Amino acid sequence: MEQLHCESCGHENPPGTQLCQACGKPFHEDDGPLNMRYEGVALRSQTYQRTFVDQVWNFFASVKVGIWFMFITLVASAIGTIYPQQMYIPSNADPVFYYPDQYGTLGSVYVSLGLHNMYSSWWYVTLLVLIGISLIITSIDRGIPLHKSLKQQRVRRHTAFMKRQRIHGQSGLEEDRDFATIVEKSKSFLTKKGYKVRQDGQALLAEKGRLSRYGPYVVHVGLILLLIGSLMRILPGFTMDDYVWVRDGQTVPIHSTNGQYHIASEGFVLELYDRPGLEELIPEQFITEAVLYEQMMNDQTGESELKQVKRQTIKVNQPMVHDNLRIYQSDYILNEFSQFSFEIEHKETEQIIGEVDVDLYNPQRDYELQGDYHVRLIEYYPHFELDQNNQPATRSNIPNNPAFIFELRTPQNPEGERSWIFVGQRIENPDAQNEYELKISDITFTNVTGLLVSKELSLPVIYSGLAITMLGLMLCFYWQHRRMWLQKEQKVLWLAAHTNKNWFGLRNEVEALIDHTQLAIDKQTLDKEEDV
Amino acid sequence: MDASQWISISGNLLFTAFGLYFIATVLFMLSLSYRKAQRANDTKDMKQVEEENQRRHLLAVKWGRYGFLTTVAGFISQSTYFVFRWIGQGHAPLSNMFEFMSFLSLTATLGFIIIYVIYRLHSLGVFVLPVVLTLLGWSAVFDTDPQPLVPSLQSYWLTLHVSTVAIAEGLFAVGFAAGLMYVIRTVDQKVSSRQTKALEFFLCTILMLIGFLLVTMVFSAANYEVSFEYINEQGQEQTLIYELPPIAGPYEGTQLSQDRMSPLISTPTMFQGVDAPRKFNTLLWSLLSGLVLYGLLRLALRNRLGAAMKPWLSELKPSMLDEISYRAIAIAFPIFTLGALIFAMIWAEQAWGRFWGWDPKEVWALITWLFYAAYLHLRLRRGWQGSKSAWLAVIGFIIIMFNLVFVNLIIAGLHSYAA
Repeated sequence: MEQLHCESCGHENPPGTQLCQACGKPFHEDDGPLNMRYEGVALRSQTYQRTFVDQVWNFFASVKVGIWFMFITLVASAIGTIYPQQMYIPSNADPVFYYPDQYGTLGSVYVSLGLHNMYSSWWYVTLLVLIGISLIITSIDRGIPLHKSLKQQRVRRHTAFMKRQRIHGQSGLEEDRDFATIVEKSKSFLTKKGYKVRQDGQALLAEKGRLSRYGPYVVHVGLILLLIGSLMRILPGFTMDDYVWVRDGQTVPIHSTNGQYHIASEGFVLELYDRPGLEELIPEQFITEAVLYEQMMNDQTGESELKQVKRQTIKVNQPMVHDNLRIYQSDYILNEFSQFSFEIEHKETEQIIGEVDVDLYNPQRDYELQGDYHVRLIEYYPHFELDQNNQPATRSNIPNNPAFIFELRTPQNPEGERSWIFVGQRIENPDAQNEYELKISDITFTNVTGLLVSKELSLPVIYSGLAITMLGLMLCFYWQHRRMWLQKEQKVLWLAAHTNKNWFGLRNEVEALIDHTQLAIDKQTLDKEEDV
Repeated sequence: MDASQWISISGNLLFTAFGLYFIATVLFMLSLSYRKAQRANDTKDMKQVEEENQRRHLLAVKWGRYGFLTTVAGFISQSTYFVFRWIGQGHAPLSNMFEFMSFLSLTATLGFIIIYVIYRLHSLGVFVLPVVLTLLGWSAVFDTDPQPLVPSLQSYWLTLHVSTVAIAEGLFAVGFAAGLMYVIRTVDQKVSSRQTKALEFFLCTILMLIGFLLVTMVFSAANYEVSFEYINEQGQEQTLIYELPPIAGPYEGTQLSQDRMSPLISTPTMFQGVDAPRKFNTLLWSLLSGLVLYGLLRLALRNRLGAAMKPWLSELKPSMLDEISYRAIAIAFPIFTLGALIFAMIWAEQAWGRFWGWDPKEVWALITWLFYAAYLHLRLRRGWQGSKSAWLAVIGFIIIMFNLVFVNLIIAGLHSYAA
């Protein structure tokens, strides 16, 4: 396709141009207001429609297609909230049974369509990617030509351009002197209003807020960054979520850092509100006194050891931040069993021969008592239950329901006698008559804090995406690109004005200009779209 | 003053604001009633008609101005409520449904004041202030006692996030009111059409909301209570207290209070969930009272409500209503982005350790954002102005209300602190 030569001013325009980029002369004669949306610039998507690449380009450059993408995403997102997503149902529940159980037939449809994990499904992610592609292509298709056009515009405009602006008017001029005064008055008036005024012979162009025209593209760039940031999270190593349970006084490794970091709790506290008249117990704060250690090489010994890197009180809303690692107060267990103490009593004499303290997290196997008494912990079930075969088993290694099998060897009975001990009950070996009894004499409790450890390398990308989006939106909606043209054609003064939004405000400003310069232009007929 | 005094004074101020907004609505209606006289008949003198019109215009302006001043007085009273309650309870009153809805009514008033200052349109008050009154009345249905903040809400982000969202939604409410005015002003009422039906349906829905409020107010003033025992959705026996007369009782429930009316029907078993029978009963009351109100109004007016309201707006330029609706939304959209997405993400990252978690409330904020983004693209790039754009402004606000009420109360999520 050939360049378009403007017969009026001689400017060479790329094929597909609607209005000469220099003087504004329309290439197609027509009536009615000009479409100023992209300054009449040549859009690739509107010009080339032959090849496959053109068609793909045009598809994604289409605003209509973009709106459809938004609409489909909107509807899909809404569907995903009908029932809770899998991450919000109890973590031990199997979705295949949970949803039909809770929500009936619709629930089973929901789970069979994969809607319980919708936001990470391939098609939802694809939708987001399509929106991203659409954002990129539209921005290139429109943003770059628009930028060129705004840079190329000349002061003097073709009358066909002026006449077909939404706001325009004409006024007869008696003498040249009049025009000079009007120009001077307009210049000072418009400069005061914040316009940049350019003059070219007998033509004036006043312009302000041009940056506003870039607003949509700035928003799009911000959103693209946001999408890239979200997609980065899929890549290995960019994001990490880990959960640690730390008992008071304990130091535990953070596994997802490969043991590089260890975290210790010096105590978890649950504070409750203490206010008169408060009927319920309402938590005021969850607090963990935490210490972060890092595995480091000791220069002197050449051995690896834990070094304290940070000590902080972690509260809700106040995570510990160290490099890329963030540690959040997330959950807690109050008064978990931590140690059981047993007294060993002779059944007949009621004489106590000794005591053993069993650490429930890390129990010792053998306990030596005075007088050649030995206690051995044969089996330990932190969370006792009977499995499918009615055999003793443990559900987890958290001591919610500890059960023990002890063997006691005494000088009189080197073979040993066994005791089964459950919380709240004791069963003796039914086959043998036990001489001694193990009695729970003391229980120690501890608090456990649940800390969420996360690493999110995409955060800077996401936050800068958000900041750019916000900046672009402000350019779009709180700035306005306003232009006024004032020029003399023979004995007639022409006035035209354009804005990308808020015609009400522009009209007021043009009317003020007319009043100030006492132009003989009828304000009632100024706005060509003011009707109904 | 001690905390409880601050709070009780703030309650009175809020009540005063409600009264002032009500008076302002009446004043704006009065202003609207002074429309131009009919065009000169042959019998009447042109000059006389013009004088009459001038007189009416001045009266309209006068009452409109009084209406605006009363609105400002209400706004000041409500803002003082906000400050006093803040002092009284020690944190910004933005942390439960009562506080948020009453704040939303405050920001809707603020939005109205901003738009009024730009466009000087009295009749906008006739439509925005009822929205304000409804929100305020609705807020009182929830628990108004101050509650201390749970740990996750203890952050200055609570104030920043919630107040920016509310300011944006208040402006969306103004955009909604102007959009509704546009529809009423321009729908052709000579024949029944899809548009007139949609409008009537929508107005009837609003009446259901108002009916719900009236019924709740009447029966709570009378301390009405009736209790039932029934087997709830989890198969457990439960006692349920109704504060409205039972149209629908619990399925196979037994009534404990014998001196009250007995249920006409029982709640269908398909309604499951916490206190489902009571919610179903409330829903029935809203539907019925709205339909009754609508029926009475139609009988009294002998016309479609839209047709009856249309003459009120006959002097307004539709293009101005169109612009106001768009303008309010255009101002609100960046604020909404800031509050509902950006501040929300920063706070979520700090409180929960993830900036986005597809919690239903988050998803619905995204849906609202996508909807208004689509609105703006359709309007600015595809030339959807006038009627289409006005309907979208109406639907947008319905989505916001859905997010506020339905998502908070029905779809449980992290934000469901109101439940």
